[in-house]
Amino acid sequence: MPEPAAITTPAIEFRDTGYSISAKDPRSILSGISLRIAEGEVVAVLGRSGSGKTSLLKLINRILRFSSGDVLVGGKSVSEWDLIQLRRGIGYVIQETGLFPHLTVKENVCLVPELEGWPRDRTRLRFYDVMALVGLNADEYGKRYPRELSGGQRQRVGVARALAADPRILLMDEPFGALDPITRSELQQVFLDLSRRVCKTIVLVTHDLREALLLGTRVVLLNGGHVVASASPADFVKLDEPAVREFIATSELRVGHTP
Amino acid sequence: MSLWTFFSSHRQEILAAIQQHLFLVGVSMLIAIAVSVPLGILIVSRPRLRALALAVANIFQTIPSLALFGFLIPLPILGGIGAQTAIVALVLYAILPILRNTYVGLTSIDPSILEAAVAMGMTENQVMFRVRLPLAKSFILAGIRTATVITIGIATIAAAIGAGGLGTFIFRGVAMVSNAVILAGAIPAAILALLADYLLGFLERRWRIN
Repeated sequence: MPEPAAITTPAIEFRDTGYSISAKDPRSILSGISLRIAEGEVVAVLGRSGSGKTSLLKLINRILRFSSGDVLVGGKSVSEWDLIQLRRGIGYVIQETGLFPHLTVKENVCLVPELEGWPRDRTRLRFYDVMALVGLNADEYGKRYPRELSGGQRQRVGVARALAADPRILLMDEPFGALDPITRSELQQVFLDLSRRVCKTIVLVTHDLREALLLGTRVVLLNGGHVVASASPADFVKLDEPAVREFIATSELRVGHTP
Repeated sequence: MSLWTFFSSHRQEILAAIQQHLFLVGVSMLIAIAVSVPLGILIVSRPRLRALALAVANIFQTIPSLALFGFLIPLPILGGIGAQTAIVALVLYAILPILRNTYVGLTSIDPSILEAAVAMGMTENQVMFRVRLPLAKSFILAGIRTATVITIGIATIAAAIGAGGLGTFIFRGVAMVSNAVILAGAIPAAILALLADYLLGFLERRWRIN
């Protein structure tokens, strides 16, 4: 008999997961989260501020520890993973980029491969690959420092760095949140291109409905620490769930204000 | 006796005093740095040791320097008359500014940078030595600069316990009621302090990120 479990093992799985800041604090940030994310899916986690979407993301690479239930990566609970191995296998992109100001673009991007002990040639080639993926000229930008880049360029470098060690999973927390609308849609295109080519499991957190619908192969809506909807972008907009209708309604109101 | 004639007739003596002074300050600073920077690294993740270390360093800072020199004289091993006792006292004064700046520099790093470092799978040591320490470099140097300038000044008092240095002229001048003799010690000490301040300040600006 072949082993069917290996094929169907989700890349990331939440099993009735709960998270609260401390055991004494009864208010939970997340509760009863059950979610299976398959290999290669691009899941856009949508929600307002305080809906728990960033916490959800951080439970995956164990920046935060779940309080109840379980979180599995590659079929293994994150609490059983070696923390360093788990994190090196997961790319992480945040809004403020977190680029190291004392390192050049190249040093930033090549850091994880270097920590992983890749041979120098392989790291160098990989640097050119990921810079091409995010649409930056490796020779031109490699020697610059983060402070010498624009916001959009920094964000591209942040994505390149997250991809450098070729992780299977990419976590992105409002990666385009701090950018102006033009740069933002430019980077969304880069992301769309890239997400099709690299074939990685991606979890992207955003509060922007249009961004979620554009970039996700699935949209998950969080409200008050619960998953209230999970559907493909096409189905998501048709859902009757009140929380979904409300989110769409308020988003359209906001869209109406911007030309 | 004019200042100028005193300077020219005692040139050798003044140069020797400057040399002694630099020796006292140099050795004290090296020891203080060797103690404070590693200690500053240790207390980042050890809150109890942090409270203790900062409190002790603070207490030494509040003891008047002449009194501290006096306290040290009767102590075995560390104490006695001469340069060794002076160096112990100067180290005790220099620790606080370096320790505090090291600690502040290591802990005032943009949280998003630390989060990225942790999320990349850096070990605690890697975060310390590849991220925190390089980013704290100019802070630490600022602490060393403050400590050096203070130490150059306090080292003049070391002459009171027979450690030599530029303070010798100041104490002698006070005893002789001679401004020229006092200035023969005070002016070179001030110049040394300004020079140290300028040179370390220059380095600090070059090391600063952004």
